[in-house]
This record gives sequence, structure tokens and C-alpha cells, in this order.
Amino acid sequence: MIDAVGNPQSMLILGGTSEIALAVAEKYAAARPLRIVLAARPSPRRDEAAARLGRLNATVSTVDFEAKDVDSHPGVLDKIFADGDIDLTIVAFGVLGDAEAAWQSHDKAVELARVNYTGAVSVGVALAERLRRQGHGAIVALSSVAGERVRRANFVYGSTKAGMDGFYLGLGEALRPHGIRVTVVRPGFVHTRMTEGMPAAPLSTTPDRVADVIVDAVRKRKDLVWAPAPLRVLMSIFRHIPRAVFRRLPV
Amino acid sequence: MLTRLTGWGRTAPTVAEVVSTSDVDVIAETVRTAGGRGVIARGLGRSYGDPAQNAGGVVIDMTALNRIHRVDADAGICEVDAGVSLDTLMRALLPFGLWLPVLPGTRQVTVGGAIGSDIHGKAHHVEGSFGNHVRSLDLLTADGTIRTLTPDGPDTELFWATVGGMGLTGIVLRATLHLNRVETAYFLVDTEQIGGLDELMARQSTDDESYVESVSWFDATTTGPRLGRGILTRANHARLDDLPRRLRRHPLKFDAPQLLTVPDVFPPGMLNRLTGRMFSEVWYRKSPTRLGAVQNITQFLHPLDILGEWNRGYGPHGFLQYQFVVPFGAEPVIRRVVEIIAGSGHVSVLNVLKRFGDGNPAPLSFPMRGWTLCADFPVRAGLSELCDELDELVLDAGGRHYLAKESRAVPEAIQRGYPRLDEWRKVRASVDPDGVFASDMSRRLALK
Repeated sequence: MIDAVGNPQSMLILGGTSEIALAVAEKYAAARPLRIVLAARPSPRRDEAAARLGRLNATVSTVDFEAKDVDSHPGVLDKIFADGDIDLTIVAFGVLGDAEAAWQSHDKAVELARVNYTGAVSVGVALAERLRRQGHGAIVALSSVAGERVRRANFVYGSTKAGMDGFYLGLGEALRPHGIRVTVVRPGFVHTRMTEGMPAAPLSTTPDRVADVIVDAVRKRKDLVWAPAPLRVLMSIFRHIPRAVFRRLPV
Repeated sequence: MLTRLTGWGRTAPTVAEVVSTSDVDVIAETVRTAGGRGVIARGLGRSYGDPAQNAGGVVIDMTALNRIHRVDADAGICEVDAGVSLDTLMRALLPFGLWLPVLPGTRQVTVGGAIGSDIHGKAHHVEGSFGNHVRSLDLLTADGTIRTLTPDGPDTELFWATVGGMGLTGIVLRATLHLNRVETAYFLVDTEQIGGLDELMARQSTDDESYVESVSWFDATTTGPRLGRGILTRANHARLDDLPRRLRRHPLKFDAPQLLTVPDVFPPGMLNRLTGRMFSEVWYRKSPTRLGAVQNITQFLHPLDILGEWNRGYGPHGFLQYQFVVPFGAEPVIRRVVEIIAGSGHVSVLNVLKRFGDGNPAPLSFPMRGWTLCADFPVRAGLSELCDELDELVLDAGGRHYLAKESRAVPEAIQRGYPRLDEWRKVRASVDPDGVFASDMSRRLALK
């Protein structure tokens, strides 16, 4: 159960090597006993993450999970939920890739859409079914400001995030009467493995600071948050700039 | 009907199938056919945390089962359904000159809930807790049968496991309660304004037994030499002779208006450092020392009952009440706790300090000889860490938390505070081996 001050007792990370999601897990595990399920492709990084959380006295287990293999999702989740309630799930998988290659390569574009959008919808629906039976729980969906106003610079990625963002906001509304909270998180530029070597955008942040935003949002049962918070205002302005002007902006 | 439920603190909402009925057969059938996530009884929802919630399972709303079956004024007992509120019951008993020995800070609780939480009031040091006054109770157990239990009968273990058992041994359907006699519905109140915590506790420790009711409010926003200054109020039931002439005509008259219901419009942060200090200053100043004042029940016992739904004032993120008891001798721990709260940046204005008398035989009953302290905090960042810090002090001093208020501790904290938890678990397992009775609290604190 998530307690009165927002501490979960069990947590599932779909995309179990996500630096942001692991930073969240570390914050919870440092303070309280925590059961964590890392669902990800088998890899040394997954093992390393499990070991690190284990050293914080968390009870960690790993499950093989492939975001693209949507047919496997219900079975994987059944296996996870068979071990007990899951209080908090972070939907954290996603790929970025090279933006210019993405729109010019059929394979790459479809891969992005499969992982970031189809995969996210697939686990969202499967999760919802299991959480409704449980009668409680929270989902945190890692979206991106890239999906709020899709830019020429990375529109394939941006469009997948726009889609998953809309899906999880809607899922949150649908699950409200069932006691399940969905929080959509829109980080800006986060310094992670995914963005390594890319020039940092203004208001850039770190996985640790995004994790603070997530912990606070879970405690307050919020629907939608930006990381860092001022991005909310900036993105609101961006959304209202006419296309002809937006095109000329160096963003 | 699928319903979103929270406790009085309005934190940690979950959804359950709520069944509301006054038909005992329907209740028994609901228990027999409860699914994998079990069933729990709920009264008026005044527990602060999650003991009357059951995510994904069934919650039985007991407030429809609310008949007063029998009042025997000569013997001083009454037999009532579990869903009767103490408010209803007190109003029904007063004309007979009968008085519920244990009344908590609100009358808006049910008899079933009062037993399940083994509630206490300002009279604990004299009267003990609610379970001490239950002569018998009817318990619906997991197999769908109804057992009549008494404190010293053949099922004594199950009786005391049910007292304070947070509804996890079964559903209390009916109870027979022992009552006190009073001549009037008024109190003779001694109020003392005391400038610091140590004096407050010293004063409260003097002559406490000569009063039936005793409690302190203290200021948890002021630091320095006036840390923990407070108002000690102690009272006895007024006798007929004590009343002024105009009250003597209807000495048992009781009317408690609910003046207004607090609307659900307050943003978070209404109670902050500044407003908390202002409130505490006013609260302290408004009660100068005054002895022998005649006060009615609402003035003395239940001032907050004047406001309906006052918990809304804490805003949408809810609040928690932190209540613990430590044995006598642990006064420095009380002082340290007040220092930590006052210096924490978290604001609590409804702070209560009271001396408990002896505990009762129930393994999960909260009260024991010692000091109990209670503080209310709106939920915000850092509150979890503050409470964890206080937990260590409390548990190291041999203290424990009140489950009816509890909403955020770890299972180990409850295990440490209640050394007889395993004994209780055994009794519970003997009547409910499959764990039919379950709540969010029983899952969160691994009580089962």
C-alpha cells in the first residue's frame, strides 16, 4: 500500500534500467523497506541496477521484458502481480535514436513507434486491468516535453511521446473512479545515457532531480507534472506560437 | 457499489465494493462469499488512516445497523447494534442519567469502531478504555457464524483479540455496555494556563486522580523557554447542587448544534508557520487560569464537533495525526518530541498531552500507563522523515503508536511497539485461517 505520506511498499519499473526510474527507486529504498521488480531485457546494466538497489536493503527481483513484444506483456505482468500487490509502476522504457535517421529510415521510424507508443499502450491497458482488480495503485508514465509541441528537430520521437502522453492522461481519467492514480511526467532535457553527447537544452536537468519531482507528484497524487516545473510555463508559450514563427526559432 | 474511501485524514484513497445493509443475514452472506481480497467493516470513517478501507475487496458499511435494543437504567447497562454512533447513544442515555464512561474527542464514531480501536478519552486514567466497559459482544466470524463473547467467558481470548483488533477478527454486530450514572450533563472544569512544558507535565501529574477528565493542549510552534506552554483542563461531572439555578431545571438537557459544515475548498498550505503560530497564540491566550467553571459537553469534551467535516480545512493532500504513548519516566522523550516538532518547520496546532492509567488485557489495545501525545500535521514534503525520526525515539523508550490514528509507519514499528502482536495473530488465525478479514491497514502493516 502507498501510505499517507506517499511511500510505496512495492514498485515495478517497466524499462528497469531507466536512470530516472532507478533514481526514484533509490530515493524510496533509502528511506523505507521496498520491494522492487525490475522488468527489462537481460543485461549487465540490469544486474548492476539490481545489485545497487539490493545494497540499499531493497528486495529486488528481475523479470525479462521486451517492450516491442506486445503479445508477451499480459503474461509478464501476470507473473509480476502473482507475487503480490504492486503499489507504484513506472512506465520508463523508450528509445530516442538519431532524429534525422528516424524519419528517413522506415525500420527506425517503426521501431520508435513500436517501443515508445505501441509498447506503452500495451502495458498501459494490461496494467490497468490488474490494478483495477487490486483496487489501488499508482502509475507514473515518463513522457517528454518533446511531445507537448512536436518540433521539426525530433518529430518522430516527439510524435510517439505525444501519443503516449495523451494515452496516459486519458487512462488516468478512466482509472480515477477505480482508485488508481496516473501521473504523466514531462521532463525536459535530462542528462542521461540517452542524451549523451547531445547539446543540452535550456532548463536541462538530471535524473535525480526528475526523481524528486516524481516522488512529490506521487505523494500529492498529481495528474501531470513537468521537470523542472518552470517548463510548464515555457511549453505553454511554445504551444501558442504560430507555426510560421516557430519554424524560425532556434529550438 | 464501487466507492472511493479514505480515513478522516483524507490520505491514501482506495476503492472497494461497499455493501450497506441493516440485515445481519446479508452481512453474514457477504462475509461467506467475500472474494480473494477479503472484507472489512466500516463505521463512520473517523480513523485517520486506512483500517476501514479494503482496496479491491469488500467494505461493509455498518452505520445502517443502528438500533438501540435495550437500556436498563437500574442495572446501568445498554444493548446496542454496532452501527449506533456514540452521539446517538449518549443523547439516548442522558435522560436516564446514564453516561458512557469512555467518550473520545468526537462522538461521531460507532460502537463497533470504538471496540475495534479500543478507543480512549480524557477519562482514561480513571475509566480505562472502551473495551473495559463491554460486558459482551456478538462477533460474526469468517465462517459466517455469530459468537457471543464476554471478557472472562470461554472465548475470553477472542474477546480481547477483538477489542483493539481493528476489525480483523470478525464483525462486531451487537454489544452490551456498562454505563456510569450522572446527575447532570455538565462539567465542573478547572482550567490552568501554564507557561512551559515541564511545568505543564508536573502540574498534570499532581492530583490527576481527583478528576475524572484530564487533558492538556500544548503549543508546538513556540520554541525557547516557553516551549510546550499549554492549557491544562481537568473536570468532574457537575452534581445538581453545582449548577446555577437556571440550569437546574433541565440538568440533563443536551443540545449540541453543528453550526456549520466546512466546505471542501481549502487549498494546501492554509496551515503554515504563520497561521499556526497565530492560532496557537490565540488558543493559549483565550484560556486563562480559572477554577470551577460550569461547562457543557460540547464546550468541554467535543469543541470540534461544532464544525462538520473540519478535516477539509487541511486541504486536498490531507493530514495525519501522530499519536503515541511512552511509559512514565520517559518525560524527556516527550520533551524531545515537542522540541523536534517545534523546530521542524512542520506545523501542528491540535496537540494533546494526557496521562494514561493502566492498560487492559487486549494484546493490541493502545493505552498503557504513561504519557500519550498527539499532534496533527498537514501532509507535505519531509513529513515522512519527521515521523520516522519520532518513531525511533518513541520505540526506543518502549512506546507505541495508536492504530486508529496510524497511517504511515513501517510494519517493524508496530511489531516493536506491540510485543504481543504474535499472540494476537495466533488467536486471529484460529478464527480466520484464510484471512477473510483484511484491510488496507492489515496489508500495509502486515498485521495478518
